[in-house]
Amino acid sequence: MATNRSRLPRTAKKIIPLIIKYLVLIGLTLVILAPIVILIFGSLKTRGEMYSKPYSIPNPPRIENYFRILGGGSSFWTLLLNSVIVMLGTTFGVLFVCSLAAFIFSHMNFRGKGFTFNFLTLGLMFPITVAIMPVYLVIRQLGLTDSLLAVVLVQTAFNISGNVIILRGFFEAIPRELQDAAYIDGCTSFDYFWRILLPLAKPGLSAVGALTMIVSWNDLLTPLIMLNKDSLWTLPLGTMQFQGQYGQDLALVAAFVVTAALPTIIFYLAAEKQIVSGLTAGAVKG
Amino acid sequence: MAVHLKRLAQEGSEKPRLNRKAKDRLTIILFLLPAIILFGLFIIYPIFRSAYFSTFNWNGLGPATNFIGLDNFKRILTDTIFHKAVINNFIIAGLSLVVQLPLSLGIAIMVGRDFPGRGLFRTIFFLPYVLSEVITAIIWLGLFNPNPDRGFINSLLVLIPGVKAIPFLGDPNIVLLSIFIVLSWKYFGLHMLLYMAGLQNIPHEIEEAALIDGANRWKLLTHITIPLLGSTIRTTAYLSVLGSLQQFTLVWVMTKGGPVNASEFMATYMYRYGFVRFWLGYGSAVAIVMLVIALIFSLIYRRLMQRPDYLAA
Repeated sequence: MATNRSRLPRTAKKIIPLIIKYLVLIGLTLVILAPIVILIFGSLKTRGEMYSKPYSIPNPPRIENYFRILGGGSSFWTLLLNSVIVMLGTTFGVLFVCSLAAFIFSHMNFRGKGFTFNFLTLGLMFPITVAIMPVYLVIRQLGLTDSLLAVVLVQTAFNISGNVIILRGFFEAIPRELQDAAYIDGCTSFDYFWRILLPLAKPGLSAVGALTMIVSWNDLLTPLIMLNKDSLWTLPLGTMQFQGQYGQDLALVAAFVVTAALPTIIFYLAAEKQIVSGLTAGAVKG
Repeated sequence: MAVHLKRLAQEGSEKPRLNRKAKDRLTIILFLLPAIILFGLFIIYPIFRSAYFSTFNWNGLGPATNFIGLDNFKRILTDTIFHKAVINNFIIAGLSLVVQLPLSLGIAIMVGRDFPGRGLFRTIFFLPYVLSEVITAIIWLGLFNPNPDRGFINSLLVLIPGVKAIPFLGDPNIVLLSIFIVLSWKYFGLHMLLYMAGLQNIPHEIEEAALIDGANRWKLLTHITIPLLGSTIRTTAYLSVLGSLQQFTLVWVMTKGGPVNASEFMATYMYRYGFVRFWLGYGSAVAIVMLVIALIFSLIYRRLMQRPDYLAA
């Protein structure tokens, strides 16, 4: 920028790359959004329209598909409720377990600290897909199959490693002097953790929370393995099943998929900042 | 507080300090306990238990009694379908490293840090990441439909003279590439986001200094920007290889490993034998092999990470 040895006029040299940039980015935007737009269009058609003109703009848009999915006798609300229960359980579990552990790793010293930390972050090497078979055997042994609790426990366990690392980073950024001052004032470790550290670490907690919510909400494998009863199924599982069952009625499947995706998209737009901060903190520290 | 100080003064400082130590120890144990219990019970213990069951021919009904030693492992290691699955996992990992990551990096650099509309593009490009893999798979099943009257992509392709509709998921030679396209659609935004965050951390002054010293844009990129992004690049490489080893949901919904095992992956193989056929002994053995592969990769990665940055860059 500081030197400009080209013979082209300065403005042209600046504008042409900018135009190319925008063209590439807009092209990419189309690639990203087109599949989603086509899906939404499809969901607003009748079954017949979906076959005759599958990717045109729906004219007139029909919302019958949505009525069928949200109306009485539909499994959608059960799936949604189960997903919400699992998501809240897992998110609460992860925040509870990981903030306690991260506090110890960031604020206390003891023999074996390095070893314990390495042990707890070993989970990064065993992603859930790889370890699901062993976990299933233990859940079965505990008699927990066909319970939402099993899904919550397994999801929580497999999200410990990464989130302990992320939260430790956030906790370490809180000045050490605060802890000293609190201890001099007679705070116990727990008081300090509960009344001072956690409120100050809210951005970190909401980042971890938002990330965990998405991971839990989108997880297919854990519920697929742990749950047989369809009354316990979560949204991804129900969506897969719905697609298998109504695969011929593409418009209806599209409407189901849109309905299932909507909560995630709304949540993403509302919590983008927290999600991004969680992911980048994890990547920088991991 | 005043009372507390007075008490301290009266009792001397020895006793409370001891108390504090004991209390601290209790805090440490209590605070770490939930994590250690969950982790031990659902990650460490299962692995050992699986290792035990992997030596049985066991269909999950009743106790495992038919001890067969390492026969399950022999079978896995000689099963050509499993070989194919492992190779497919590594093909996806390789494609991610040489196509997806450079693409994400290029876009992140393009968007840069002070680009009008930066936030909007980031929001859009990252959107597919938050959609579940089930939803992604169903969307792309529709787009990939081999019939040009149904599938959007083929409807565009047949507009080009001389091009016929492509059976994206039906042709064993193309199916992996098709899956890779979907994976890139879903995950390039994540890598881009991480690179953008990494770029944010590079001090402006360094780049300005290099430009003043006469570096051109290309030199700036290869000698300053990319080396300084070293740790982020390594992290994304780790994430994408580990992610590739985990391929399950997308593949299962789109192809179930087909056609004729052309898109079989380790996890779909394990699911097919362990859960669909319910051969728990064999499935356990597959899980152990997968764990070992993941472990070897992680150890290699840690080894490489220990190299000083200037070597890795």
